[in-house]
Amino acid sequence: MREVILIKNGELALKGMNRASFEDVLIKNIKRKLKDLGNIKVIKAQSTIAIEPCDDTFDMNEAAERMACVFGIVGFSRAAVAKKDMADIMSTAVTYLEDELRCARTFKVEAKRSDKSFPLKSPEICRETGAYILENYPHLTVDVKNPDVLVTVEVRDINAYVRGSQQKGAGGMPVGTGGRGAILISGGIDSPVAAWMMAKRGLELVAIHFSAPPYTSEQAEDKVMTLLKKVARYSGRIPTFVVNFTKAQQDIMNCCAEEYFTIIMRRMMMKTAERLAAKEDCQAIVTGESLGQVASQTIYALGCTDAATSLPVFRPCIGMDKDEIVRISRNIDTFETSILPYEDCCTVFVPKHPKLRPTLEAVLEQEKNLDVEALVEQALADTHFRMIKAD
Amino acid sequence: MRSIYLDNSATTAPCEQAVAAVLNSLTNTYANPSSLYSIGVEANRMMEQSRENIAKFLGCSAEEIFFTSGGTEANNIALQGAFYAGYRNGNKVVTTATEHPSVLNTLKELCRKHSAELVEITPDATGAVSKEKIFEAIDDKTFLVSIMLVNNEVGAINPVAQARTAIARKNSPALLHSDCVQAFGKLKFSPKTLGVDLLTVSGHKVHGPKGVGALYVKKGVRLSPTVFGGGQEKGIRPGTQATAFIDGFSAAVSALRDENTDVERICELRDYAVEKLSALDDVFINSSPDALPYILNISVLGYRSEVMLRFLSGRGVFVSSGSACSKGKRSYVLTSMGVSPARIDSALRISFSRYSQKSDIDALVEGIAQGQANLLKSK
Repeated sequence: MREVILIKNGELALKGMNRASFEDVLIKNIKRKLKDLGNIKVIKAQSTIAIEPCDDTFDMNEAAERMACVFGIVGFSRAAVAKKDMADIMSTAVTYLEDELRCARTFKVEAKRSDKSFPLKSPEICRETGAYILENYPHLTVDVKNPDVLVTVEVRDINAYVRGSQQKGAGGMPVGTGGRGAILISGGIDSPVAAWMMAKRGLELVAIHFSAPPYTSEQAEDKVMTLLKKVARYSGRIPTFVVNFTKAQQDIMNCCAEEYFTIIMRRMMMKTAERLAAKEDCQAIVTGESLGQVASQTIYALGCTDAATSLPVFRPCIGMDKDEIVRISRNIDTFETSILPYEDCCTVFVPKHPKLRPTLEAVLEQEKNLDVEALVEQALADTHFRMIKAD
Repeated sequence: MRSIYLDNSATTAPCEQAVAAVLNSLTNTYANPSSLYSIGVEANRMMEQSRENIAKFLGCSAEEIFFTSGGTEANNIALQGAFYAGYRNGNKVVTTATEHPSVLNTLKELCRKHSAELVEITPDATGAVSKEKIFEAIDDKTFLVSIMLVNNEVGAINPVAQARTAIARKNSPALLHSDCVQAFGKLKFSPKTLGVDLLTVSGHKVHGPKGVGALYVKKGVRLSPTVFGGGQEKGIRPGTQATAFIDGFSAAVSALRDENTDVERICELRDYAVEKLSALDDVFINSSPDALPYILNISVLGYRSEVMLRFLSGRGVFVSSGSACSKGKRSYVLTSMGVSPARIDSALRISFSRYSQKSDIDALVEGIAQGQANLLKSK
């Protein structure tokens, strides 16, 4: 029996003239995601994409699991291919869904007939298929409101498909349709969530991590790479830059007033990120900041931080409570890694009483004590590149 | 960059002899030692020779040695086995506050589960528990006593034999266990001189491989089995023995006998280190002069342990912050010794082996001085 994965790409259908190019990006992402599993054939028709493996060794379970992580897919299901012939459709339904039907008490058949030349109308397809299933599995009864198993028959241009219930997809837009952005990732709970949220809206990610050895550890860096790997399951591979920020941090500590440490550090990070963003063709910077969560995330501090860059700064967590962020991090499986107790550069040098309402004038005055440009240059010179891919 | 390894209490570099023995076993005598055909018998013979060799070094008989996967498992088998064998005879367990987590956490869990009283004897400022406190703590309701011979963080040596005296005098039914992982091969002792019923040693602290240890069980002492399987190691530690590691362990023990394991030389090294380190500003010595010279605990005040550790690591000098097993937590050993929080947070453990050289100490001292000059002081 031939089996396929049927993919629904909800929001894409709304994109009018651009639809085809959005779909192309989605198909490219799907192909990339399944590349190592074997060759596939992709057929697109009427807001559905059908993926058919070219050989028997293709791992459909793994493929289906991966589809749950591809943005731009609202739902998907595994389906058996049948001839456009009622006898074949019915026998396919009975054998393909055997395991599910044997364990169920109730079922329902739905039909979608996009090929209007098919001799039977949808209600007739349902009736006939339902009767045939009942004949083969007499323990079942029909329940149209709340069935244990929903059997769907789709009659399309070339083939008919029989499938069980549909799984929910990751939603959002295909990664790559929303441009490219640089995520500042620390190792905490928020930044991986922010990265995931923006990838969900189609943003292709580049990651920047600031380390400060020996104040921060190699384990802290490994932790960030683990987090990025988890995000990469959704976003695709992430070009990652690890910037050595030790000298910058030490100079800030030595030359500036303590209450401004964090805000000046954040600004320097922005400046460094902007330079990397330009090189990497990124159109925005992404951070995990949430309004008022810590002193550097007051509206005044964020204002000072934004003034350090001319790029738009996306902060998808800005209006979220911590527990909302945590919920997403659990869903995308970054939480357990995020809470590993390694210090990152944002927690090592924390002033006792940070300025809650810094003014840009005061911050700029403080920065006069530093050779900001030289420090940014130096940090960029001591930057390592790694390509992070999902496992 | 030459690496200077000064974390020998965490683990040691396997000696050539151990590596050769492991390789030989994996290549040539790989059969299951329980198999009945010739190469199985041969593997078993090799293992029994190793048992004999380790027993001899320890000063006991081969039938009193049981191989385990390491110190933690040996401690667990000993303590759980002794606890369940004896808990109807009393309601009190005595140990020290400075034990390795594999002893302390095992006893805490057992006592919590079975409502037994757990007495953790606190050490004095040297990190050792006093004879008086041991004597005081043990009574006729005490059914299990576990006292480590050498503490892993500061090297303090405990008067374990005193526990035997107390058990006898107070008419206690207790079994006496000692975790001798850090003492083994560095201090002269035997189960008899300590008066213990149960004793733990480990392979990788004496230049053997990781993944092997031994539990001494005095002849006649019965342990309740806590691991079940095919009956290997007389049912105390079932599971196919790790013959390669056991042979490697044995070869490492033989090398202890043959090579330069002169404690006096290590004493000189330690004294040299103390002298050099004390000459630096803000460096404090936490280990007592009476401690095992292989372990030297110090504090570089104002620099968090991990930061200084990583700075040194960047220069190829490897030391530990507290013990390698308890990352990120403030040392309970130093806390129980009454060391100040500032000193605990900046504590480093330096531990020597027979391969350690004076030049290693020079590099360490130079590294710490550089760290003090370059790193930001924590507030």
